[in-house]
Amino acid sequence: MPGMGGRMSTVIKAKINKLLDRAEDPSETIEYSYQKQMELLQNVKKGIADVVTAKKRLQLQSQKLEQQVVKLDTQARQALSAGREDLARTALERKQFAQTELQSLDQQVTDLEAQQQQLVDKERTLRQKLEQFRTKKEVIKAQYSAAEAQVRISEAATGVGEEMADIGLAMQRAQDKTEQMRARANAMDELEAAGTFDDAMTLSAGQDDIDKELAQLTSGTQVDDELAKLKAELGPGTPAEEKKELGEGGQA
Amino acid sequence: MIVRIATETQYRLPDAVATSLNELDNAAVEAVEAGDEPRFHELFEQMLDLVRSQGHPLDDDDLEGSDVILPPPDTTFAEAAAEFTGDGLIPD
Repeated sequence: MPGMGGRMSTVIKAKINKLLDRAEDPSETIEYSYQKQMELLQNVKKGIADVVTAKKRLQLQSQKLEQQVVKLDTQARQALSAGREDLARTALERKQFAQTELQSLDQQVTDLEAQQQQLVDKERTLRQKLEQFRTKKEVIKAQYSAAEAQVRISEAATGVGEEMADIGLAMQRAQDKTEQMRARANAMDELEAAGTFDDAMTLSAGQDDIDKELAQLTSGTQVDDELAKLKAELGPGTPAEEKKELGEGGQA
Repeated sequence: MIVRIATETQYRLPDAVATSLNELDNAAVEAVEAGDEPRFHELFEQMLDLVRSQGHPLDDDDLEGSDVILPPPDTTFAEAAAEFTGDGLIPD
């Protein structure tokens, strides 16, 4: 048969078949164990529910971060107006960190949505194949001798068994991913609790570990650029500039 | 020929396309063995594209088994490497 020589696909197929073998004779499973099928379908539903929960949590975090970005931007402006460039810089560093996190969160939400849709599709496919198998089995039984029917029913079970093994694989991967995202969400909550996104005005710059870490994470140049832009925006009205930098107001 | 993209769905692929798929498949394994991650992703994407563009998705109530099963599209390089050295995606 053509197409059987591909090394990667051969390995994967052999492994899927092994999964099937381990799960008893698929035709037996499908024919007799209605409860097993229901369990599998229930598992898929639970898997989908887990993905939805993880997605909601990420969306909530994303909203919080969006608010933080706005707040930190306002604080940077306020700090600069008050002549506190150090605080403005801290606020901008935190803003940039929050923005980076936000982008990564959005990507994760998109990934989870795809995962959710995939499981929904696969559940529908498996249901359809199971129903088709039941119908076909009755037809085969009516048309063939017992021995012949057994062979044909077993053949018909191939696609269903493969689908069952594949949905198991999809579930496993979805669980691994939501688990990773849950761990990440927890880590972000901890960061938040540790004060990373606290009121920037109440913290002085560069004094705790988080500030040091932030400074490493965010590119200094980008913060410098944004600071320069803010200065230009606030322009000659900035008290600090009026006093010290009157001659070069509106730089950048 | 019936091709399954693992965790997704099955396609019916013209036999003529199978040769190209095989060549890409073997080249992808070579890339994994050479530790060439970008090349692996490039070839694997080409395989998926080939199946999706040249194949027709099987109906949900079709009970045919697959001749070929490709790894899940989100397979990482590390997973692919493990596939050919150790337990891989699906443990033995």
